[in-house]
Amino acid sequence: MTSHSLPAPFSNASSAAPALLTQGAEALVYKTVFLSADTPCALKYRPPKTWRHPILDRRLTKQRLLSEARTLTKCRREGVKCPGVLGADWDAGWIALEWIEGYTIRKCLDKFLHGLEAEDIASTNKEAENKDSEEAQKRSELWDLMARVGRAVGRLHEIGVVHGDLTTSNLMLRPPQSLREGAFDAEPGAAPSNDGPEDLSGDVVLIDFGLAIQLVQDEDRAVDLYVLERAFSSTHPTAEPLFKEVLRVYGESYKGAKVVLRRLEEVRMRGRKKSMIG
Amino acid sequence: MEGASDRQDTSVYADIETIRLPFLDDYPLYIGLFSHLKNATFLRKQLLEGNQDFEYALIDATSILSVKHVLAAAFRAINDMLHGRLRSRNVHSEIVYSLGANNNITDAFRHFGILDSTTALLVIKVGRASSDAAVTHDSVSAHLRANVEGQLLPFNDENIVGLSDMAKIRKLYKITSADAAGKGGKKKGARADGATNGVKAALDGGGKGGPLTAQEERVEMEAVILGTMAMKGS
Repeated sequence: MTSHSLPAPFSNASSAAPALLTQGAEALVYKTVFLSADTPCALKYRPPKTWRHPILDRRLTKQRLLSEARTLTKCRREGVKCPGVLGADWDAGWIALEWIEGYTIRKCLDKFLHGLEAEDIASTNKEAENKDSEEAQKRSELWDLMARVGRAVGRLHEIGVVHGDLTTSNLMLRPPQSLREGAFDAEPGAAPSNDGPEDLSGDVVLIDFGLAIQLVQDEDRAVDLYVLERAFSSTHPTAEPLFKEVLRVYGESYKGAKVVLRRLEEVRMRGRKKSMIG
Repeated sequence: MEGASDRQDTSVYADIETIRLPFLDDYPLYIGLFSHLKNATFLRKQLLEGNQDFEYALIDATSILSVKHVLAAAFRAINDMLHGRLRSRNVHSEIVYSLGANNNITDAFRHFGILDSTTALLVIKVGRASSDAAVTHDSVSAHLRANVEGQLLPFNDENIVGLSDMAKIRKLYKITSADAAGKGGKKKGARADGATNGVKAALDGGGKGGPLTAQEERVEMEAVILGTMAMKGS
């Protein structure tokens, strides 16, 4: 994909043009405002794919866009933290999503793991008393964050949704409202500070439901966890003990989670794909 | 401001609001919020008779949750009009239809449109910045002041909240507390009547436990409602 012009009404020149954030294989994501000048939004646009038959292309675009919108709205109905759907036009190929202010979990790990040795991360609180308090503080915040990640994923799976692309970049830490004010709200659209949050308080929010599916089986849930595990270990090799905490809390977060954890062991043995085809 | 302090009637200060939606600023919205409406029957009659002077979206404000709830319906209606996809007579009836939770136009008018019994009214007029000079803030304001017998309130969340019927809104969009009773797979059957609390957030470790505040509940309801409206007709 090269340059794309947004469909109406976002092509309207009298409003500030949406800013392109990311370009994936399927969709372009812009930051803009929706409904009011102080409501930031992530505008996800699936441009027509010229290499596909037009009728098939429209049908696929509509199907995928609506699947994402339905899953997000179901999640909000059930109390799972994720962006709300502000508006959509499946013929034009766009969906306007609530903007989640905060930092990716990846960023949080980058910042808080920096300077911590692997054994520091794993050490228990008892041993930690001898260490300087700042590191102990960091470690305890990280463990608490992992518990929130485990609960968030557990809650998602509990309601019968798997994310489909569960990485540390698709999990956000949204600081409490009190900390967000001033930090972001002073200038809507201002990017959060690049070096990550000062502390790890706040909600864990799931984003990017483009590959999410409903009516899932334990196998799908286990694969979701496996993908997240790989994301952890590939970008943060020292974070392995932390991921164990994610799984521990996940295991206690809903009835049936233990079965999924056992299934995860099978998935680890053979990799993500169940069938050897494709 | 002589005598201003002892006046009870805030409509002296309130005005018809002009709102320009981002990207749809060619279609300014003129919005009036009225409480203590006395002539709903007259207004509804004009609508049913198709009186051109009363081409408004006339909405029962008790079915409205927030400013964004209204703006989302207006955005959808105008966008569908621009794409030649109106399901109803015009952009104004389409706003009422857009508020509905399903594809049934009659239901939408019964639940969100003005009824003879309506006492809290939200009026929307869609203008045309470029070509339709006849419809202006002043013309709409004068017409509504002359024809709506009610108290004009500033159009904001605070005043909408004061008029909304939360139980009715929950019912219209099928939002029940049982939908999201919390963590751990505990479906709290006793709460299924939704008597006090609506949507409940997952009791995430980072957040506080326990029931949502009224404000938090409205935020959660708004997300579900906007999503429901956006997917309508799919």
